[in-house]
Amino acid sequence: MNQSGNLLIFILLSSLLPGLIIFSLPEKSHRIRTILNLGGALTKLSLILLMILGIYQGFYYEFRWTLFPGTDLVLNADPLSALFATLSAVLWLLTTIYAIGYLEQSPNRSRFFGYFSLCVSVTVGIALAGNLLTFLIFYEMLTLTTYPLVIHRGTPEAMAAGRVYLCYTLGGGAAFMAGVAWLTALVGPLNFHVDGLLLPVVETHRVSLTLIFILLIGGVGVKAALFPLHGWLPRAMVAPAPVSALLHAVAVVKAGVFGIIRIVHDIYSIDLASQLGLLFPLSLLTSLTILYGSWRALQEDDLKRRLAYSTISQVSYIALGISLAHPLAAMGGLVHLVHQGIMKITLFFCAGNLAETLGIHRISEMNGVARRMPLTMAAFSIGALGMIGLPPLAGFVSKWYLGLGALAADQGWVIVILITSTLLNALYFLPIVHHAWFSSQEHPWPTRKAGKLEAHWMLLLPSLITAFLVLIIGLLANSEMSPMAWARLIMNKESLQ
Amino acid sequence: MIEPASLAPWLIIIPLAGGLLAFLLPSRSVLIGLSATVANGLLALAITFYSINTIPLEYALGGWPPPAGILLRIDGLTLVMLTMTAITGLAISIYAQGYFPARIGSGNGVSRHGPQQDFFWPLWLMLLAGLNGLFLAGDLFNLYVTLEVTALAAVALTALSGKHTSEVAALRYLLVSLLGSLSYLFGTVLLYRACHVLHLATLGALIVSSPVVWSGLALITVGLLLKTALFPMHFWLPPAHVNALTPVSAILSALVIKASFYLIFRFWGDVFMRILPLGGYSLLGGLGAAAVLWGGIQALRQKRLKMLIAYSTVAQLGYLFIALPIIRHDAGPSSRFALVYLIISHAGAKAAMFLAAGNVFLHFGHDRINELAGVKDALPMTSFALAVAGVSLMGLPPSGGFIGKWLLLTASFASGQWWWGIILIAGSLLAVAYIYRVVRHLFTKAPGPSSGKRQVARTMEASSLFLAVLSLVMGIFAPLVSKLIASDAVSLASLLAGVVP
Repeated sequence: MNQSGNLLIFILLSSLLPGLIIFSLPEKSHRIRTILNLGGALTKLSLILLMILGIYQGFYYEFRWTLFPGTDLVLNADPLSALFATLSAVLWLLTTIYAIGYLEQSPNRSRFFGYFSLCVSVTVGIALAGNLLTFLIFYEMLTLTTYPLVIHRGTPEAMAAGRVYLCYTLGGGAAFMAGVAWLTALVGPLNFHVDGLLLPVVETHRVSLTLIFILLIGGVGVKAALFPLHGWLPRAMVAPAPVSALLHAVAVVKAGVFGIIRIVHDIYSIDLASQLGLLFPLSLLTSLTILYGSWRALQEDDLKRRLAYSTISQVSYIALGISLAHPLAAMGGLVHLVHQGIMKITLFFCAGNLAETLGIHRISEMNGVARRMPLTMAAFSIGALGMIGLPPLAGFVSKWYLGLGALAADQGWVIVILITSTLLNALYFLPIVHHAWFSSQEHPWPTRKAGKLEAHWMLLLPSLITAFLVLIIGLLANSEMSPMAWARLIMNKESLQ
Repeated sequence: MIEPASLAPWLIIIPLAGGLLAFLLPSRSVLIGLSATVANGLLALAITFYSINTIPLEYALGGWPPPAGILLRIDGLTLVMLTMTAITGLAISIYAQGYFPARIGSGNGVSRHGPQQDFFWPLWLMLLAGLNGLFLAGDLFNLYVTLEVTALAAVALTALSGKHTSEVAALRYLLVSLLGSLSYLFGTVLLYRACHVLHLATLGALIVSSPVVWSGLALITVGLLLKTALFPMHFWLPPAHVNALTPVSAILSALVIKASFYLIFRFWGDVFMRILPLGGYSLLGGLGAAAVLWGGIQALRQKRLKMLIAYSTVAQLGYLFIALPIIRHDAGPSSRFALVYLIISHAGAKAAMFLAAGNVFLHFGHDRINELAGVKDALPMTSFALAVAGVSLMGLPPSGGFIGKWLLLTASFASGQWWWGIILIAGSLLAVAYIYRVVRHLFTKAPGPSSGKRQVARTMEASSLFLAVLSLVMGIFAPLVSKLIASDAVSLASLLAGVVP
């Protein structure tokens, strides 16, 4: 059933318009900016829920705009788009609340929130993109809208990090664009919802298809922080905490890995990709990234940098799940897209709380901090335990399905990777949790005012909500409304086709 | 209803009359200039919308048929070029209206451009008439006349600032331009000698290879390449564009350069495509590739903003030439569309960039790239314009530059000429690098307290931002432009098939 695509446009506009208005607001108009920010975030979330309801009822949303005969920009909503769009919208709402609390005293807020809104519009555009050209357009725009956020502080370190960020992402973008153009030249428009897109050329262009795959995965692999293209991510940690949360959980890294899913599933298709022998190298690369990220995380004393390396490792679970070419593993990967996002954003919120309230940036300064900020550290602990994969938290569900899928696909070696990585995760997260709760305080902190919360409520509330989500989506993984159920739906649709 | 083609002569008459009036009444020149450019803009839009379904059109001036009379010809490309010139020209005129009364710099050494204003408007309107005539002309000789009018007005505008450096640059520009015109004229004579027609479409259908025709085409092409400043004939461009007054810089690199390229595109992409040798296309493409790389590298090394922008023009012109071999081998209209898109989005972005650089210069009294910190506080709209125009020059979405490069890239892969695609991507990365040198300063604060009064009128900032945003969202007009270009491709196909129109 074909439905009007106007809903999709409204979903994009619900953050784009507030963003554009916010740019023109003077710094002082705190109230209007907050209303616009939260209003936009809530509107977007409700529209996306409306869209999901429609998808459940079998509606098909599509928006198509012909740029040039044969070159269309397409937005449409399939279950995979809905998964990513919902994740972004929910986490954007929470991050917006957090960012308002975090930044309202600092300069250039209009600029910050303007780009913040643009960034989320673009991310949802990535989620809704219906062909690879549209994906490419939003993917490149994501680079442009996040750059000002990365360098928001304007310090020399921030500028240096921004430079590295641009080098990596625009370089990757160029490779990606070359790959997309090449593939388009071979087979025409690259629609995500056409089966057997590449079949006509598979016999004649095996080498080209392999090279194109490398270009495409290399291009999106930069944002997905695949080893050895991950160098920008730890450096980008100089950005304010809400931006880190956005980069890691909502937008950039996720956009990269979402691109990998689209390319492998919807452009090449699992069958063709494994027939060309492309998936096994990808699973090796992602496994390497998982171990390497965890190993580097272990070496870091700076809390945010440790979290950054942890992201590099955790995001590769998603790509690993996709590359194992088994529905169970793919389900594990897809659900980790959501789970990792929620867990990692919890950790970043908490890291931001610590930095903002007590000035703590290093892990060695965290001894005994749980007694000073029990709620924050409770949230942090839940996130960390989830990352390790402790049942019944969210991370466990992902790893469980990844393991099942690996066994079912006869790739037992992946279990070793998963176990090693879990051990490493435990090694770099458990000491933090332990020292925070059980060691005694070593550093003097500003005293807590009587009757006040341990941190600004706008900082505390989002962390608690996401921590609660980590718990609940793990516990209820089997229920109808969980991300796990949605991932199952996506895979069922795939295998039916 | 009025026939749209009969409106076309007014595109030449209005600016010409305006120029004359502005020259006779210097005290009213601003008003006359603005009214003429506004009228020109409305007229161009009107003609585009009225004739979009009936192109190609021909109109004999005064009702005289071709051999004796002057024939105006309107097709999709003409309409795109006319509209581009009208809109860009209008924004530049609005800018100029604020520019000439403004003070330059602050403290000691304050100067103004007041006196030059009296000459700017007549010359600019004459140039506008020349450009419009060039796009409308349907035969080789009138193309020569309008090319010459355009060139002389452009040279005079270049010399306008009165500085020694700009006079030297203008003199060099004059010599190059004259040499180019002579070469073009000589080539025209040879072609006429061989075919006995000047009417372009007829000539394209009649022409057959012979030594005389070859020499004619070679002379015409070399003349136009000189004027278009294709590498390695670009030497005159940076000094001329940089030392001119700001509105003039914008006019030169957004519009004047495009006029001679328009002719190359007409000849190589349309009229004479049937007989021109493949090797010639590869040569032009190769020189274009060299221009992309050389211009990009030079832009990376410049210390002054205006110099960087000028070398960026050298590089961006290279893309236009790379498109020619792709068009030659591409069956569909998408590569022609790509080229047209590159032309128009460069016009908007480059004009915006020069205007913004002019604002920076007016405010700070210099345009040293490394001392640009603080622009965003002093001139917020200008700094935004620089960033947005930069995105378009880099060819990142959603800009018009992206659409052009994307289609060209696909066409280069589709026609098996992937090496042009690699140059396109390398050029984009170079553009990213040199634009980044400017843009990173737009996010940092000035080291000291901001000083100086506001020199730059809001209209000047707004006109530069308008052009930048226009080139960023140019994708909106893609269906319209593609319709115009597609209708050209149909008539081209019949030309290539050898049908006399």
